[in-house]
Amino acid sequence: MPSASAKADIVDSLDRLRQTVPALKFRARVLASIRAGFDSRGFTEVTTPVRIAAPAAEEYIDAPPSGAFFLRTSPELEMKRLLCAGMERIYQIGPCFRAGERGRLHRTEFDMLEFYMAHADYLELLALIREIIIETAVKCTGGTKIKSRGCEVELGGEWAMIPVREAFRKFAGISADEVAEQESLFEEILVGKVEPNLPKDRPCVLIDYPVRFGAFARTKPSDPTLVERWEVYVAGVELANTYGELIDPVVQRERFAAARATRKRLGLTEYPEPTAFLDAIDRGMPPAAGSALGFDRLVMLLAGADSLAQIDFPLDDDGQGS
Amino acid sequence: MAMYDAADLKKGLKVEIDGQPYVITDFEFCKPGKGTALYRCKLKSMINGSTMDRTYRPVDKVGIPNLEERDMYYSYHDGQNYVFSDAETYEEISINEESLGKRTYFLIEEALCQGLFFNGKLIDITLPTFIEKVVAETEPGVRGDTASSNVMKPAKTDNGYELMVPLFINVGDTIRIDTRTGEYAERVSKG
Repeated sequence: MPSASAKADIVDSLDRLRQTVPALKFRARVLASIRAGFDSRGFTEVTTPVRIAAPAAEEYIDAPPSGAFFLRTSPELEMKRLLCAGMERIYQIGPCFRAGERGRLHRTEFDMLEFYMAHADYLELLALIREIIIETAVKCTGGTKIKSRGCEVELGGEWAMIPVREAFRKFAGISADEVAEQESLFEEILVGKVEPNLPKDRPCVLIDYPVRFGAFARTKPSDPTLVERWEVYVAGVELANTYGELIDPVVQRERFAAARATRKRLGLTEYPEPTAFLDAIDRGMPPAAGSALGFDRLVMLLAGADSLAQIDFPLDDDGQGS
Repeated sequence: MAMYDAADLKKGLKVEIDGQPYVITDFEFCKPGKGTALYRCKLKSMINGSTMDRTYRPVDKVGIPNLEERDMYYSYHDGQNYVFSDAETYEEISINEESLGKRTYFLIEEALCQGLFFNGKLIDITLPTFIEKVVAETEPGVRGDTASSNVMKPAKTDNGYELMVPLFINVGDTIRIDTRTGEYAERVSKG
């Protein structure tokens, strides 16, 4: 028999859960619409393991350990293996985990919408996800205008496109390439000066990042100091990250080694080498573009909410912060 | 000095920066792109209420302030400062008017309060949440609106504190005031 105070806690958490019921119903409709969007365009929904031996070595993303394995931080390497195995249009919506990420827009556990398209470039994926987001907004909210975080955003018009170099010059008066050389300075300026000044009346795409910020992106053929990468912001919220995928196994090994060295220097968990992935790209990965979209954030934006805590089932470790 | 890791920061946490205690009034975890995490804080000085923004990286450490709460009784006003006495040691400690602000109107002799000390120095007082005051001045309420508590009118207490009260409050009524906000809470008795 629970004590009186434990009983009070149960009532509180049930009350809180009742408040998320409408959001969970809305989420189910968004989920159905996104699936319909990909399915109707010839994509196959795939399922890959959540518990994996070797997360991709990224400098600043931490996978929670799970026994001798890890919980995935993204399904990236497994989905790329499927590209190597011959699938050409794939998507997945499922849980990913990132240790220590907590806040209005971060949860230690969240759903990622990840999709890959062989023989497509990164701009084709932008056109694709734009269409699917607009369709979903119309189906789930009845229109293309959303209100979130104090912004009114028209999703249906042209999306703003700003090259990263131009954004840093325009909003911070500084060279993106120079600040990219210094630990965390790029991020500080991005968060402090660039992001607050991006247009918020429509989605805004930051495109073409300095090489250091494209772990798995290929360099731009026209400018090898940049990588093919875009990120779309809606109402100031970073919603999706996309690469023209790096398919060169030699460069990929170098990038992994560099990320591993940084992780070691920072005293972060060292991951085993993702041998199955490296074997696969050694044998050939088709040219492809891939994108990862924070599904919970999309639901939040379409629902007109301001934080993930307003729409998500509460986590037991309550990493939702403020 | 004991330090917090940046990952420990959250709204409401009290920290020490440049030798001053601050409370985090707003907190945002940022992780731009696939970059390093940033912890953005809005901070308010616990000494003078001034605010500032600070951004911390995962490698950063933030000081833990040496704060202590002690039970105190309000004793008297010495003409310049407000004097409290420690509930255990009876030591008299004074705090200036600026630190108390409008709470000077809510001081009641021998009321049990909580003193907040930073490095042994009294920096703030938490008063009893509710105190009672008699209304000395207010216009009579308009007939017909007496049941409504949404419509408010100005009033002044017997010690000169000005606040908004519901229309049904009359001169001589005793009301309860929330000392955290300085606002009317409820009527205790009719005058």
